[in-house]
Amino acid sequence: MDRATAGPRAVLTYLIRRLFAAAVMLVVIVLAVFSIFFLIPKWTGVDPATMYVGKQSDAQALEGIREKLSLDEPVLVQLFEFFKGIFFGRDYVGGGTSLHCDAPCFGYSFKTEQLIWPVLTDRLPVTFGLAVGAAVIWLIIGLSAGVVSALRRGSLWDRASMTLALGGVSLPIYFTGLISLAVFSYQLGWVSNEYTPMEESFTDWFSGMILPWVTLAFLFGAMYARLTRATMLEVMGEDYIRTARAKGVREPVVIRKHAMRSTMTPIITLLGVDLGMLMGNAILTETTFSLPGLGQAVLDAIGERDLPLILGVTLITATAVVLANLVVDILYSVIDPRVRLA
Amino acid sequence: MTDLSKTGTAPGEPTDERSPAGEHYLDVRDLVIHFPTDDGIVKSVDGLSFQLEKGKTLGIVGESGSGKSVTSLGIMGLHTVGQYGRQRARISGEIWLDGRELLHADPGEVRKLRGREMSMIFQDPLSALHPYFTIGKQIVEAYRIHNDVDKKVARRRAIEMLDRVGIPQPDQRVDSYPHEFSGGMRQRAMIAMSLVNNPELLIADEPTTALDVTVQAQILDLIRDLQKEFGSAVIVITHDLGVVAELADDILVMYGGRCVERGSADKVFYEPQHPYTWGLLGSMPRIDRDRTDRLNPVQGSPPSLINIPDGCAFHPRCPYADVPKGDVTRTERPELREVGSGHFSACHLPREDRERIWNEEIKPKL
Amino acid sequence: MTNPEGADAAEPAADSTADSAAQEDAVASEANAESAAAVTMTSEDAAPGEILLRVTDLKKHFPVTKGVLKRQVAAVKAVDGLDFDVRAGETLGVVGESGCGKSTMGRLITRLLEPTHGTIEFEGRDISHLGTAGMRPLRRDVQMIFQDPYSSLNPRHPVGAIVSAPFKLQGVRPEGGVKKEVQRLLEVVGLNPEHYNRYPHEFSGGQRQRIGIARALALKPKLVVADEPVSALDVSIQAQVVNLLDDLQGELGLTYVIIAHDLSVIRHVSDRIAVMYLGKLVELTDRQSLYDGAMHPYSKALLSAVPVPDPRGKAQRGEDRILLQGDVPSPLNPPSGCRFHTRCWKATRVCKNEEPPLLQLRTGHQVACHHPENHEDQRPEDTELLSVAEKTADELDSERSAIEQRDREAVGKP
Repeated sequence: MDRATAGPRAVLTYLIRRLFAAAVMLVVIVLAVFSIFFLIPKWTGVDPATMYVGKQSDAQALEGIREKLSLDEPVLVQLFEFFKGIFFGRDYVGGGTSLHCDAPCFGYSFKTEQLIWPVLTDRLPVTFGLAVGAAVIWLIIGLSAGVVSALRRGSLWDRASMTLALGGVSLPIYFTGLISLAVFSYQLGWVSNEYTPMEESFTDWFSGMILPWVTLAFLFGAMYARLTRATMLEVMGEDYIRTARAKGVREPVVIRKHAMRSTMTPIITLLGVDLGMLMGNAILTETTFSLPGLGQAVLDAIGERDLPLILGVTLITATAVVLANLVVDILYSVIDPRVRLA
Repeated sequence: MTDLSKTGTAPGEPTDERSPAGEHYLDVRDLVIHFPTDDGIVKSVDGLSFQLEKGKTLGIVGESGSGKSVTSLGIMGLHTVGQYGRQRARISGEIWLDGRELLHADPGEVRKLRGREMSMIFQDPLSALHPYFTIGKQIVEAYRIHNDVDKKVARRRAIEMLDRVGIPQPDQRVDSYPHEFSGGMRQRAMIAMSLVNNPELLIADEPTTALDVTVQAQILDLIRDLQKEFGSAVIVITHDLGVVAELADDILVMYGGRCVERGSADKVFYEPQHPYTWGLLGSMPRIDRDRTDRLNPVQGSPPSLINIPDGCAFHPRCPYADVPKGDVTRTERPELREVGSGHFSACHLPREDRERIWNEEIKPKL
Repeated sequence: MTNPEGADAAEPAADSTADSAAQEDAVASEANAESAAAVTMTSEDAAPGEILLRVTDLKKHFPVTKGVLKRQVAAVKAVDGLDFDVRAGETLGVVGESGCGKSTMGRLITRLLEPTHGTIEFEGRDISHLGTAGMRPLRRDVQMIFQDPYSSLNPRHPVGAIVSAPFKLQGVRPEGGVKKEVQRLLEVVGLNPEHYNRYPHEFSGGQRQRIGIARALALKPKLVVADEPVSALDVSIQAQVVNLLDDLQGELGLTYVIIAHDLSVIRHVSDRIAVMYLGKLVELTDRQSLYDGAMHPYSKALLSAVPVPDPRGKAQRGEDRILLQGDVPSPLNPPSGCRFHTRCWKATRVCKNEEPPLLQLRTGHQVACHHPENHEDQRPEDTELLSVAEKTADELDSERSAIEQRDREAVGKP
């Protein structure tokens, strides 16, 4: 009989392999984005250099920008320069000016001439804070509502919370967001409607984040409540729950220890998928509440065709999704011993 | 280890009314278990009574939907745990275990008896064991609920039990997960878990149905040995007459949620008094002798538990339903009457007809 | 009702369950009624006792693949070299425990699976590698009955459509019309012909199995392979179906291969019995010789393990019972030599190293064993019992692991 439980060594091998796969994945994403943003303009006859300089460009400025961004080099060289920039930094020299960009260098913005990386690091905490805060709220509320609904199936609580959950799934964010903003901030004045960085004032930051968190969490929490309820109902009918009761385990322990653990498996799977989908909803939320996060940055960048910024945001969110999925897979194997890390 | 706490009387137990029912170790009286559903009330158990003494084995036999598994879960009190609102089973009657009535007792007290005084083995050990916990953890949990010991002591006890039920290298296998065990090993582990607190009542619900024949023989052998060793009362629930013949001292035949015949294994197998029992015996192909002629099965299908026929539940399938005068078989529910010493049967057939039919029509064909 | 019969063939298999898909496959696949109609079975029926089906060195290995590239890392040798005949008019019972390959064997001889190796001859014709088109005429002669009456019938088709599907697929016009013939079939298997338009869920398990049988009989097959036909049914229903199969054989002159794990059922229905263990035949003989004088130790243990509904004989049986150790090994990695040697009380060195051939030790009694029961020893020179040697090895092993465990604990607490 083989022992399927993986030792620490197997876990390490698995981790290395997954990280390697993640790196490959990211390179592919870079290639795809790179070709979309750098090659397509070229093929369609638009000179990327004009995007930097603007409409009233003179030939000299264009030439300078080409030299500075190596736009006149072959594509492969440009790609190499781009990767080199990420790992070692790069210098933009040409047209009489020079700009040093430390590693990790994602280039600089067409419009503002700011380096991308500082913009990203500036905005990432806002989006990260929004996502994590919302995730904590939706997991707590969604899971507990789902569990209670499952245990008291058919009760008033069950019907009420499931109706609310249906609302949460069907109402769009800008609707719930604007309504709550109008009521709780403008009308009642309970919470702030402006973003304050955490370093300045924690309470102001918290006050400004509550509505965005709750709005985003409402949507996801509703989905999690429904999933939790369905899974919990199924798990409570399993033979091993009956066995636990037959052993004399107290009902709260049966639910906490025996049932919840099995219920977590599909929830974690969903969480892995949702982290990828979160970005789209975060953009909506950030716009609705005017949060200076990545979502808003990318929205602005798309409007102004600020390609380097779009590329930077895409890369950083892709990295986050890949890492989150890795964590989910490891969690999965921790919870269910039948899943082998191999 | 557990004996100390067992003898003490816990609060909330009906101590003052010593019923004569307390004379038997297990005394089930007029047990009714109904489940309300959208289609109507499912009458899974509909007035069942039986007794069982320590050291004895009772075999409950019946086809699917006869109410045999529902009865066993009812004794364990598992129909009401975690059930709320409309889904809740409706249970009435009395269940006396060692002088205590369980159905009307405090649920918390009954919980303390589960796993300690009475425990259960289930049909499919793969689904009955939690897939996410090691075998050892699950046995340790069963032990520590009822014994105030630390994890190390409990683990030693788990290894000891695994060794007792014949699992090789128990000190290593204790850390395996259920899916790493074979079917037979899993059922052994399940048995180890149910016996860890030396229960006095062991209920085995189809304990070998999911197993291969050669493994089934091992498990039946193990259950027999363990009963001899622990002297507990055992209820074996099965559809397989071979399995009850191997294990049981007494046999109870269920049909449509009721007991149709009860008696010693010898009586039920060699002098059965109910047409349904005849049908069961006539349905069985025999491994021990050649039966070249046709089998003599009961015709038709089991009744719907929502719509149990009036009168004798078996009358629509009974070839002798017209033998008694009038339409008594269709209108009157037959009482369980003593037809021999310790042998009961619920049938309207007059004694002489029953004996004639058995001796002349049924017995020669078996 | 809108022509549900025609829908049967067009319905993609994906939405029915695996069994029901397989069953439809068995009836015929992607039936083109026109071309099938052209086929008329001209071969004469085999006379009773003549060989209807012959299987030679039949093997089926399922590859176990790993990784993205589906690299084959191992093979489950579900069926690993079978030789047997089925004679016209007889019932061959096939018994064995889980993983012995009996169901795979059933699916091979009905050609729902293609063999990895070996030949299957039906009425003298090699059908081992026939394609769907080549098999179509044969589907009339070879039918299968499945275990689970709940998943082998398409829940969205009424009984009439299910039972008449074979006619449509094979392009056969029965005398008196399809409906009349279906109603006759329903009556033959003991169902009410009026229930022609009912759906499977309106029937009980036993009745569903009867529907499955009616469908299998529609084209008057010569060979019916039944895989655990009664194991999902209650005792009394089981007996009704066994009787039905029995009656139909008498009336229609059918040949059966009945696969089951229940040795009592097998004893009741079979003329000859094949005992399988881990993809191999270990014994093949007539019913009487097997139940009275099994030669293979596995057959003997298997028979003695069955609980008997006879409480008075309990004590005697307890003494005679052979309790095998452990479970059946995995067919992924079967033991060397004789596959039973790891659980056999008679195993010697030769059993571990040399695979015993299936030999006819008595007339009509084939056994694959070096040291058969009820017969003279095939390898009398080899006397050193393996089990003793293994036991010692086991003890050494557990001692060693106990020491290791102690060491590990010692390291754990400094």
